[in-house]
Amino acid sequence: MAEIASRGYAHPEVLVSTDWVAQHLDDPAIRIIESNEDPLLYPSGHIPGAVQVDWAADLNDPLRRDYLDRAGFEKLASRIGITPDTTVVFYGDKNNWWACYAFWVFQLFGHKNARIMDGGRLKWEKEGRPLVREVPTYPPTRYEAPERDDSKIRIFRDEVLKKLGTGVKLVDVRSPQEYSGERTHMPEYPQEGVLRGGHIPGARNVPWARAANPEDGTFKSAAELKAIYEQEQGLSPDDEVIAYCRIGERSSHTWFVLTYLLGYPNVRNYDGSWTEWGNSVGVPIER
Amino acid sequence: MAQPPKAFQQVIDDFAFADRQERIEMLIEYADRFQEVPERIATRPFPEEHHVQKCESDAYVWAEDLPDGTLKFHFAVENPQGLSAKAWAVILDETLSGQPLEEVAAVPCDSVFTVFGKEVSMGKGMGLMGIADMVTAFARQRLAARKSPA
Repeated sequence: MAEIASRGYAHPEVLVSTDWVAQHLDDPAIRIIESNEDPLLYPSGHIPGAVQVDWAADLNDPLRRDYLDRAGFEKLASRIGITPDTTVVFYGDKNNWWACYAFWVFQLFGHKNARIMDGGRLKWEKEGRPLVREVPTYPPTRYEAPERDDSKIRIFRDEVLKKLGTGVKLVDVRSPQEYSGERTHMPEYPQEGVLRGGHIPGARNVPWARAANPEDGTFKSAAELKAIYEQEQGLSPDDEVIAYCRIGERSSHTWFVLTYLLGYPNVRNYDGSWTEWGNSVGVPIER
Repeated sequence: MAQPPKAFQQVIDDFAFADRQERIEMLIEYADRFQEVPERIATRPFPEEHHVQKCESDAYVWAEDLPDGTLKFHFAVENPQGLSAKAWAVILDETLSGQPLEEVAAVPCDSVFTVFGKEVSMGKGMGLMGIADMVTAFARQRLAARKSPA
């Protein structure tokens, strides 16, 4: 943890190290949660005692394009045996991409006791730490959640439209090819149906994974992050920032970095992102 | 027109009727049986011509000629988290190795989507199709060589 504290983050307490997690495996005040892109990883082996929260099955509404509602969140919280006092520690594959997404959704319901395990699954595995297949069950809890608050860290298309030209800073975290409009889906990923390519006018392009060290999935230091977001892209902590990607998952990683590691107080994730914007009639697009 | 080998079709049918949880369990069972290409066939660094393009799991495919004229398929998956690629490699090896080349060549690469279902929509589809493509291409090459001996 001392190493994390030395990286100069605004809110270093939001990260925990693999060492710290290893020392808290049996701590009843802690719930370790794995969230992955790849649904095969958790069942093939996970941190002992960790539960799975799946972005598709648990966090999304099964019918509408939206997140789970208050009742759904309470049910999920009960299933994984947490109360509002439980410290939840997220980790996952792909530089904690989906872990940050789950963390973000939990913040829509104000679950403040939340952490990310720096380095995620990759670092845990590389350090040769134990992975088990046994799926734990915890006694169901009663969790009274507030209504989902979409006003602080989430933004919708019409509001993004109104903000254009007002000095708001948009960060497009997709690949350079998606940003330029050369392609409408992630490199090496299947085409998933967007009618127009390009980006929201004025958006900067900072691919999300630049915030992580590829060799072990840990976050870059505050100085390295400032070099990217501030010196190179001209953002500053007092800016109003909107991050977006294709469906709002990669941009939740950037939201996490700007909000907690660099301490920006006003960052929102536009989860409608390019699959909404690039299919909307009449909205402005830049290439 | 040849049909894919019966064993392959049986596996595809099993997956077609599996729910999400069953599918995941079946795939992990397959991935557990993965065995990397033996050293007598290939050693690292693996040659680029056996590398599957567009596969994020860094997969390689080899075809070994068996005395009866069929092929035994071998695989390597360099990404330790590439469980889908490993499961797919085991399915292809167990159902296509030793089968008539005409039937192997008839395997439709989009069977990937029956096996992996909706789970593949966010990721791996292209890479997994690439693995199947390379397997069927080996079969087609051998068939073509038979028709026009050098």
